Amino acid sequence: MAGAIAVAGGATASGERVDWRLAAPLGLTYLFFFAAPFAILLGISFYADAEQTRLGLGSWVKFYSDAFYLKVIFDTLKLGFFAVAATTLVAYPLALVFRASGPRVQRVLIFVILMPLLTSVVIRTFAWIVILAREGVVNQTLMTLGLTAAPLNLLQTELGLVIALTQIEMPLMLLPLLTIMNQMDQNLVDASRALGASQWRTFFRVVLPLTLPGWIAGATLVFASSTTAFISQTVIGGARLVYLPALIYQQATVVYNWPFAAVASLTLLFTVLAGIMALGWLGRFAKT
Amino acid sequence: MQRSTFSDITYKWAVGLLAGLGILILVGPVAIVIATSFTTSQTLRFPPPELSLRWYRELFDPVRSAQIHIAAWNSVWVAFCATAVGMVLSVLAALAVARVSRPSARLLEAGFLSPLVLPTLSYGLAALMFFSVMGIRPSLNLLIAGHLVVIAPFIFRTTLASLTQLDPGLLEASQSLGASRLYAFRRITLPLIAPGIAAGCFLAFISSMDNVPVSLFLSTARTGMLPIRMWGMMESTLDVRIAAIAGVLILATLVLMLVMDRLTGLTKRMSG
Repeated sequence: MAGAIAVAGGATASGERVDWRLAAPLGLTYLFFFAAPFAILLGISFYADAEQTRLGLGSWVKFYSDAFYLKVIFDTLKLGFFAVAATTLVAYPLALVFRASGPRVQRVLIFVILMPLLTSVVIRTFAWIVILAREGVVNQTLMTLGLTAAPLNLLQTELGLVIALTQIEMPLMLLPLLTIMNQMDQNLVDASRALGASQWRTFFRVVLPLTLPGWIAGATLVFASSTTAFISQTVIGGARLVYLPALIYQQATVVYNWPFAAVASLTLLFTVLAGIMALGWLGRFAKT
Repeated sequence: MQRSTFSDITYKWAVGLLAGLGILILVGPVAIVIATSFTTSQTLRFPPPELSLRWYRELFDPVRSAQIHIAAWNSVWVAFCATAVGMVLSVLAALAVARVSRPSARLLEAGFLSPLVLPTLSYGLAALMFFSVMGIRPSLNLLIAGHLVVIAPFIFRTTLASLTQLDPGLLEASQSLGASRLYAFRRITLPLIAPGIAAGCFLAFISSMDNVPVSLFLSTARTGMLPIRMWGMMESTLDVRIAAIAGVLILATLVLMLVMDRLTGLTKRMSG
């Protein structure tokens, strides 16, 4: 009650209106350097030819009637889905261990989690080349153990890319998950255990539903980031695996077909937004 | 009073194994790159046959690595400018919408945060087309503008979080004691939200240094940026100097991170 009054009092003291004079500098910057470029992008996508002479839906039709490009969209979505699944599988146990640890271990864990986040994406990608290459760590270990005679080809495969993306994107999943894990009421977990539920049941019926908002925040970031991870996709995926970002780059700077690049770029935008909305919808669905 | 059943044991093992795998996946690659950077060999073979500073000497050679040095300074300059401008604009914007519960404020907030979730690669291409339609020639200033849009949300978000945690009683007290709004901001609000601003600036700077999607489209041969140059090196020769660059960047980040932790409790902030 007292808290509610304090909050209401604070709101009146600092004014209930948005102070537009303060919001204007960033707002105008965004309008000019963010909204306007997207408007131009949309405009250019309605040129039917690469030379940008004829208006029309030609570029859109060409993109959406070609099985190759539809497969690129599908593969990009699939990659995002795999990245979310893989990071979830590893991030949840790590978050549970984090929650059960003392403050000292927690500080070390946070450091371990932040370290890759703060190392350049290019370097993280490079690290995975060193690891997955033919004479890399994985192949040498497998061959020393006698599990395989010839080195496996891990680079330029979807599996290799997903493994690399698991590390590259994991901090994005972990940070929101850790935050919500720390806020979770231990009494609910204890109650579930005291009432005879197994650890597994407690996890799926108590911990998972309570931490779902954190997972959704993390999954959104991982999905958005892995579907647009140009460097990781091109360097680890190589030329054989084509995803939307590489297609956009190639069309814009090599083929010089800007309308087509614009269509691909807007498709990437819609794909990511659709994924984010689906995750948000999942969250609302899970709450009820 | 809990008995360990079979199912509880499988749970402990599953959680323990996956968490261990997680830590291995997080730390392993960084450790391997650092170890590789000290190799004597021409190749990225791991473990390195012998240790030396050969590739660091190569990297710091002003003649042989001139292109890398130019790209590195460009990246630092762009990150510095984008962060500095972004800080002023984002703090003002955060002050405007903090504690306002109207829909207009929520809408503005969502708008200011949107570059965080929209694919920045789409934005990179959009920015290239925009500047080209406007007839503006590529330069470092364009890169600063492009980076600014992408990194400002980091500062906006942490500043907003600090402002929401601020005790409104403090401002009321200062106002009732006759302090002007500017004075109250300078003496009360700013010192209290400074750690939040600093944490945001740190993340913004790092993310600008690391930015690929915008630089990919806006940088040219003349205005090379470090991540793009490293990408080029990876695509062509797999030069071991990349590992040395990684070593230098990791060390720099580590030092920055420890300083930030001392100043602002960044790790505490990140863990909520």
